[in-house]
Amino acid sequence: MAATTVRARGTSRFPYLLVLPAVLLFAGFVAAPGGYALVLSFQRRKVNGGLLGGGTHTVFAGLANYRDVLGDSALWSGVVRMLALGAITVPGTVLLALLFAVLLDLEGARLRRPARLARLTIFLPYAVPGVIASLMWGFLYLPATSPIGGDHVDFFGRVAVYFSVGNVVVWGAVGFNMIVIHTALRALPPELHESARLDGASEWQIVLRIKVPLVMPAVVMCTLFSVLAALQVFNEPNTLKPLSNALSSTWVPLMDIYDEAFGNSDIHSAAATSVVLAAAALAVSFATARLVQSRIPQEAE
Amino acid sequence: MSATDRTRRAGGRRAAVALLAAGLLLGTAACGGGSSGDGARNGATGGAKGKVTLTFWDWDPHMDKVVAKWNAGHPGIQVRLSNPAGGDQLVAKMITAHEAKNGPDIAKVEYQSLPALVSKGVVRDITRYTKDTVADFDRATLGSTTFEGKVYGVPQDVAPLMFFYRADLFQRYGLTVPTTWDQFAATAAAVRAKAPASYLTNFDAADPGWFTGLAQQAGANWWSADGDSWKVDIDGAPTRKVAAYWQDQVGRGAVAKNPSFSPQWNKQMNDGTLLAWISGAWAPAQLGGIAPATKGKWAVAPLPAWTAGDTTTGIWGGSATTVTSDSHHPAEAAQFASWLNTDDAAVTEQVKQINVYPAATGGRSLPILQAAPAFFPNEPDFYAKVKQVAPSARSFPMWGPDVTVTFTGYSDSFGKALQSGGSFTDALTGMQSAAVADLKKLGFTVG
Repeated sequence: MAATTVRARGTSRFPYLLVLPAVLLFAGFVAAPGGYALVLSFQRRKVNGGLLGGGTHTVFAGLANYRDVLGDSALWSGVVRMLALGAITVPGTVLLALLFAVLLDLEGARLRRPARLARLTIFLPYAVPGVIASLMWGFLYLPATSPIGGDHVDFFGRVAVYFSVGNVVVWGAVGFNMIVIHTALRALPPELHESARLDGASEWQIVLRIKVPLVMPAVVMCTLFSVLAALQVFNEPNTLKPLSNALSSTWVPLMDIYDEAFGNSDIHSAAATSVVLAAAALAVSFATARLVQSRIPQEAE
Repeated sequence: MSATDRTRRAGGRRAAVALLAAGLLLGTAACGGGSSGDGARNGATGGAKGKVTLTFWDWDPHMDKVVAKWNAGHPGIQVRLSNPAGGDQLVAKMITAHEAKNGPDIAKVEYQSLPALVSKGVVRDITRYTKDTVADFDRATLGSTTFEGKVYGVPQDVAPLMFFYRADLFQRYGLTVPTTWDQFAATAAAVRAKAPASYLTNFDAADPGWFTGLAQQAGANWWSADGDSWKVDIDGAPTRKVAAYWQDQVGRGAVAKNPSFSPQWNKQMNDGTLLAWISGAWAPAQLGGIAPATKGKWAVAPLPAWTAGDTTTGIWGGSATTVTSDSHHPAEAAQFASWLNTDDAAVTEQVKQINVYPAATGGRSLPILQAAPAFFPNEPDFYAKVKQVAPSARSFPMWGPDVTVTFTGYSDSFGKALQSGGSFTDALTGMQSAAVADLKKLGFTVG
């Protein structure tokens, strides 16, 4: 009896030790900067006076920065543009990834060399940094350098620009998502489609009725990742910005924050905007996670 | 902005982007406050035995060779050069380094950023160290670094706005070099008629520097001081005139409307789609990278005038060497800044290595300026032509302390106007209200 108690106490301390590195890293690199940003967001910088200001001091600003954030029409236009872009990139990424994964998993394609090559080719763009990808696509889009008809089509047109930016995002993300779904497909027991085939199901029916429903959890996870990426989109539009007149410095919210912090050296406004957006992003991803989790069991059954 | 290091700056931004991509939303703002680690190599350590080491932040290519000259001649005051970023990025770095009290001793600052740095207390009043130095500059040049009678930097270079054109193509199409803006419009139309795929030039909504220069030429005073309060006049009559003129050119399709310094523009400049460039006197140093196939084909002329015979022009770029308020050796730092920009050997080396057009009056008569710039071998009297227009180049009475907001406002609102056919004068109104709102937010008095 006594021995059990001692052992229980011994083990009870051990888990804390195991989570310690994670907790420390979280505290140091997420909680602490987050808290600092929160503090900054309640402050404001004022000049000391005179024509040239004569140096600055920090004052407590209360909720003034947050009032400015909520009244910043450029930011909210950026949010709308981000959502529009997300409406292209999230379904684009997930559906293409699902399509490629299913195609590579078809009876005729499985494990054949062309399929492996195709899988690698689709995955490869994921290894290209977003900034580089954007530069490459930028060259492909610009009329003077475009080999894909940029002199006939305006890739930076008012509507086209969403698809041009979205295309770079999807191009980079689809490979990773495809691998996730493909792995889930490969993990399905082969008896399932064998028996379906014996029952006379066509390849198409197997895909729609057996495979896709069974890999739904993986598809859901991919959707969640894509939503998070869509909320944080920055690299692609920011890199494409100098190439045309289509993208402003506040095109998406993160570009707005970047410009406030590093262009305008107004760290306090940037902090307030970040806090608001982080809260919104947290709410959105939480809601998405809840929504999809509540549906998975039913789908899987 | 001095385009001298546009590429560098783009590189810096790319690095920053990569860094940023790694962070989360919250991290974005938080790291701005603490990302001043680069200032670690700060030169504030004087060391014992009277030997002083100064740190110098500068993004000029080949500046190391100029600094080496100083170090060889001044064993007691050694300057250590470092290049953490260029242009606006360096301004942001200087501000964060000042917060962390580990800034450099000396830094290169573009004229338009200087008042902002003074207002934040980052650069130091060096009036008492530069009593002799100031005699080497004319009043207009000195005005860019002197506010309320105090000197905050030693001018390095000036860049009057000029008209650069492809002499070969002008000859081929039988064009004459425009001397007024009316003629410029006629030339632009003639180019479209004679070579439908070509344009005289492009209206650049991405870089505010050239448009600011055009506004200066037209007589605009975007910022001026009235006692302790600021007067902001970005959407006044002179600037509206410039905006309306270019809106008309764009509307007629007489000029291209894609941004400069993009791959698209480089190609157009290289293959002769664009015949001219309204640019600063630093253009020959830049064109080699922009349009390598056009060596020896460019010529320079004064900027077209609003009324025939008027020689007034604006300014695009130019920088000063400043001493920071964190420096523990301001006297030595100011001594270096003065040497760098007024000593004949130093200025000659700068012309040779960096292609600057010297700000110092004496520097403009140096023998090195009698040679043609490397990319303009056909223009042996290039610097003579610059010297001719330099005295009539006017800037604003003073740059405001919120230039970055105004400049971002320019690219955003003019870009939008070009993209969706909006009005250029409305764009100016937007810039005006943004500039005033920002000044007020910072606590400045706006009259």
